[in-house]
Amino acid sequence: MEWSILQQYGPLLLSGFATTILCWALGTIFSMILGLLIALVQRYAPRPVGWVIQAYIEIIRGTPFLVQLFVLYYGGPLIGLRLDALPAGLLGLTIYGSPYFAEIFRSAFNAVPLGQIEAARAIGMSEPSIIRRILLPLGLVSALPALVNFSIILTKETVILSIITVPELTYQTQRMSTETFRYIEANLALALFFWALVETISRVGRRLEKRVTRHLTERT
Amino acid sequence: MPGASSVEIRKVNKHHGQFHALKDVDLDILPGKVTCLIGPSGSGKSTLLRCINFLDEYESGEIRIDGQLIGYESPGGRKMPARKLREMRRSIGMVFQQFNLWPHMTALGNVAEGLMRVRGLPKAEAERRAKNALEKVGLADKMANHPSRLSGGQQQRVAIARALAMEPRLMLFDEPTSALDPELVGEVLNVMKTLATEGMTMIVVTHEMGFAAHVADQVAFMEQGELVSVDVPDKILHQPKDPRIKAFLRTYHERNSF
Ligand SMILES: Nc1ncnc2c1ncn2[C@@H]1O[C@H](COP(=O)(O)OP(=O)(O)OP(=O)(O)O)[C@@H](O)[C@H]1O
Ligand SMILES: [Mg+2]
Repeated sequence: MEWSILQQYGPLLLSGFATTILCWALGTIFSMILGLLIALVQRYAPRPVGWVIQAYIEIIRGTPFLVQLFVLYYGGPLIGLRLDALPAGLLGLTIYGSPYFAEIFRSAFNAVPLGQIEAARAIGMSEPSIIRRILLPLGLVSALPALVNFSIILTKETVILSIITVPELTYQTQRMSTETFRYIEANLALALFFWALVETISRVGRRLEKRVTRHLTERT
Repeated sequence: MPGASSVEIRKVNKHHGQFHALKDVDLDILPGKVTCLIGPSGSGKSTLLRCINFLDEYESGEIRIDGQLIGYESPGGRKMPARKLREMRRSIGMVFQQFNLWPHMTALGNVAEGLMRVRGLPKAEAERRAKNALEKVGLADKMANHPSRLSGGQQQRVAIARALAMEPRLMLFDEPTSALDPELVGEVLNVMKTLATEGMTMIVVTHEMGFAAHVADQVAFMEQGELVSVDVPDKILHQPKDPRIKAFLRTYHERNSF
């Protein structure tokens, strides 16, 4: 193995890693927000709207991200949606992740005891207040482990952005391997970077979980 | 208590899906009086109670609080706007079997929440009133605790304080002591007794026959969605005429004797 090659390509890999983190972070945030909105609309909207949303969820979950991204990036211009690689990648991640997040939020909201919501209704609280003060705080807490878990899964989906030429880490390591034929070093570096990212996310997630549940668990 | 509410219930019907849960129920509750609802499990007591603040939506008949119809704009008419319903609910307190405190808020937070979000009071004023309400139920020293750090009896008293802080004119209790360990029942019943002597209008679904006998002004017996009989406690609990009430009390006594 030739580790000096990593020194040479270090800056390139680092910039790729930065792009990966950026794509992951923004993609996660956007798809989480979209998923949250979907879950809220599903909860409160009339039936037909719910069916439309359910269809969206099924379609997105039923197709590979790779295909979605192709359609968006290469098919988009046909309907006038011309995006650069990075924005297209972010939009793709947002769409791809949203139904999973929506399902996480939906089941978390369903897990909030109805009685606690009725208690709020009984004192005359409005539905927006109930959402903000009761449903969201309790729902988010119970959703947290699943949210962290799916955002970890999303780190790996960012890899696919390389096929539409987003200069993220995979893209750069591929470039390094084709230029130098150092496949092993390149892929080891790739694995190491991802491991560091995933490990960080799960650590932060565990701490967060501990923090937000500290008042909710019965001391026995 | 000045401004205690009256409740008139007329020919109220309610289905849960196919199930006819309330059948032409009639009941009158005078201001400042305590009414206990008793009856076997599944007889519709909770459903009736929940129709009074329209958490359960009755389909026909009328429920009037101080003469004002709840839930509908007119008998058999359109649903009342959500805003109007919320306004009516502000003066109806409700206490649940499972307490239903909000676990992410302290005792003080639970009580202050409605004052801030519903009454629109500034935080300081809301907390001052919340403290008073908690003092009233004997929990001033526990106000910083989250529900997970309170006993069942304490949680239920916080729930009562949460309702009282809104200054209701009517209080609904759905088996407030049924989820409690026996030794914690007394502290909750005592708070309720005090409330009764202060002249609050109260409707209490309960299996505590002692409370019904000593505190209630009237006892209503329900079975299979019907309000079978309503009378002073003594008439229902000690000299029942209806065989259904007799049968109910017999099983009650059998269960509680040893
Ligand atoms: N949301 C619901 N959906 C379907 N059926 C319901 C619902 N709520 C109540 N019921 C049914 O309606 C009937 C009356 O229920 P309700 O809770 O009013 O009885 P209850 O007198 O309060 O009984 P308990 O003493 O067990 O609390 C029961 O047979 C119950 O199964
Ligand atoms: Mg009940």
